[in-house]
Amino acid sequence: MAFRNYILVCGGSGCESSHSDEIYNNLIKECEAQGVAEEVQVIKTGCFGFCEQGPIVKILPEDAFYVKVKPSDAKELIAEHIIKGREVTRLLYDKKKSTKNAKVEDIKFYQKQFRVVLRNCGKIDPENIDEYIARDGYLALEKALFQLTPEDIIGELKKSGLRGRGGAGFPTWMKWNFTKASQGDVKYVVCNADEGDPGAYMDRSTLEGDPHSVIEAMMICGKAIGAHQGFIYIRAEYPLAIHRLEVAMAQAREYGLLGEDILGSGFAFNLEIRLGAGAFVCGEETALLQSIEGHRGMPQPRPPFPAVKGLWGKPTCIDNVETLANVAVIINKGGEWLSKLGTEDSHGTKVFALTGKIANSGLVEVPMGTTLREIIFDIGGGIANGKKFKAVQTGGPSGGILTEEYLDTPIDFGGLTSLGSMMGSGSMIVMDEDDCIVDVAKFYLKFSVDESCGKCAPCRIGGRSLLHLVEKITDGKGTEKDLDQIQEIAHAMQIGSLCALGQTTPNPVLSGMRYLADEYRAHIVDKKCPAGKCKKLITYEIDPEKCIGCTACARKCPVGAITGEVKKPHKINTDICIKCGACYAACKFGAISVH
Amino acid sequence: MGKMTLEDLRKLRKSKQDAIKKRDIEGKNCHVIVGMGTCGIAAGAKVVLDEFINELDAQGIEDVMVTQTGCMGLCYVEPTVEVVMPGMPDVIYGKVDKKVVKQIITDHIMHKKLVSEHVFDRPAADILKKD
Repeated sequence: MAFRNYILVCGGSGCESSHSDEIYNNLIKECEAQGVAEEVQVIKTGCFGFCEQGPIVKILPEDAFYVKVKPSDAKELIAEHIIKGREVTRLLYDKKKSTKNAKVEDIKFYQKQFRVVLRNCGKIDPENIDEYIARDGYLALEKALFQLTPEDIIGELKKSGLRGRGGAGFPTWMKWNFTKASQGDVKYVVCNADEGDPGAYMDRSTLEGDPHSVIEAMMICGKAIGAHQGFIYIRAEYPLAIHRLEVAMAQAREYGLLGEDILGSGFAFNLEIRLGAGAFVCGEETALLQSIEGHRGMPQPRPPFPAVKGLWGKPTCIDNVETLANVAVIINKGGEWLSKLGTEDSHGTKVFALTGKIANSGLVEVPMGTTLREIIFDIGGGIANGKKFKAVQTGGPSGGILTEEYLDTPIDFGGLTSLGSMMGSGSMIVMDEDDCIVDVAKFYLKFSVDESCGKCAPCRIGGRSLLHLVEKITDGKGTEKDLDQIQEIAHAMQIGSLCALGQTTPNPVLSGMRYLADEYRAHIVDKKCPAGKCKKLITYEIDPEKCIGCTACARKCPVGAITGEVKKPHKINTDICIKCGACYAACKFGAISVH
Repeated sequence: MGKMTLEDLRKLRKSKQDAIKKRDIEGKNCHVIVGMGTCGIAAGAKVVLDEFINELDAQGIEDVMVTQTGCMGLCYVEPTVEVVMPGMPDVIYGKVDKKVVKQIITDHIMHKKLVSEHVFDRPAADILKKD
């Protein structure tokens, strides 16, 4: 027999620490005491991702969302909500409205997330075109082919305020308009699916979960600018996304939604996939076009912009996956609809891949203007393992870090750039107190140096010089003068590099020096790494008081640096020690410490 | 189906939409949706999908449809599975393994009880739902 109600009690670690366990037990007791145990099932759920308001209790099927519930509230919840069918207003998150009626206009509902780009992701079978069609798929294409002129389509985009989601944030309607206005017998539409930032997987997930949304948008773009051929440039490391795209394209072709004379409109559009070999610089549009043509992926000076002279010298409109995934919704719901979401200069939503030392890592889509704090602490559930938040890196290797005091900054195109970071394509890596900010900067620098194509000197030479300086600091040989030199080189790279890769390479270092200057100083002046990450600056030591001489550490040490007799305190020979940390992990008595 | 005209597309959309609605109302079917993005597959979603098919087969349960979908956004608790069936709230289960698959089938699908400790909230609102 089915239950009448289901009571979900958050069992996430945040809520559990504020007695959600007791709430759970009390609710079960109350159900029995008030005689509804047969009708109600009380269960523990995973984190609701809203720990700030915890402990959280949700009652289905009414979808009543109760926050800051105390164990003593159990009685009232059962007596009022379950037995009398009245919501306990005092505990509701949204005291005025029932939570189920959340609308676009009052977006500030509890989940804080809102899916436009990911509308079908996790909902439909991506390998079944019928499911996409059932959820208004190809409805926008219908409109674009039969009702709207190219000017209308671009007009809707203009109204929507959609800006490129790949990082640069150029208004999409302008790009389309430029390409439309360019003279050419042949024009191309290109989808940039060369997602390269470490920790970024927004585009991959979009293509894996909803490939048709991108295909449909490329056709609409083709109609708007007068192109009949499209290319999707995607990295070969995304085999599942490629497979799903291929399946989607084959199904669309079979239905006549791709190819000649689409739906009898006379409009033709063909699509091909081009695989990239995984070079980061190929995410830069001119390098990407070079790669499609079969050349080495290197940026070209702009102008001429691709809209004028792109693929094989023809006018080309190139958009990022996430940008394209917005298009069908804009055509269906009207540009104005999207423009209502977000902030003054940034409309719509943004998808972020939330990773690092976060409790709930995942794919997050929020309206522009959501703050970093809301994403990290409300949606992400804060830092894993109860550690302290140190910083968040947004924008990948091109972005920078932001610390606690900037967490209330609304995320949009302008907001983060003014703080020396950037929204970027949407990777968001959270760091806790155990992460060394100089070490992180070194990681990103190494990445950028490896990925520099070598064409222009500021990026090629500047990047390597920056890396040398930062390595000097993590080795404990840094001086104050090095910091000045970093600034100098960074400045030269910012103004002299050919493309965004070189221009933004210094960002992780610069933002670290700006917001966590003390940590840099500790490395330079005190020759210490506060987080205990930089190997040359730390030593392992055995506390003779705590060591019982179990020999566990000595047996684990790969270089034989630990000596001592059984049942007597051991010693580490720091001259031989390679600081691998194996002894630290092996000691069960907490006798080994890092300095 | 071969090449479609505009009429065909509209008809297909309507019929599919009706089919989905019918499933919700009449509710003969139970729908199990396994999150099969890269994140899900890496965490073992394929094993979960296979286990659902095998276990439903073994138990002789026939009115359950098992399909795949992309990333639901809950990457920290992959593999994720959504169970949609009449008379029960739509539920997303996380951290699903072979054992949990069996629990979902016996508790949720057969006895209409939720599986405690594995329920996760939908991460985001659906804009396409008619309000």
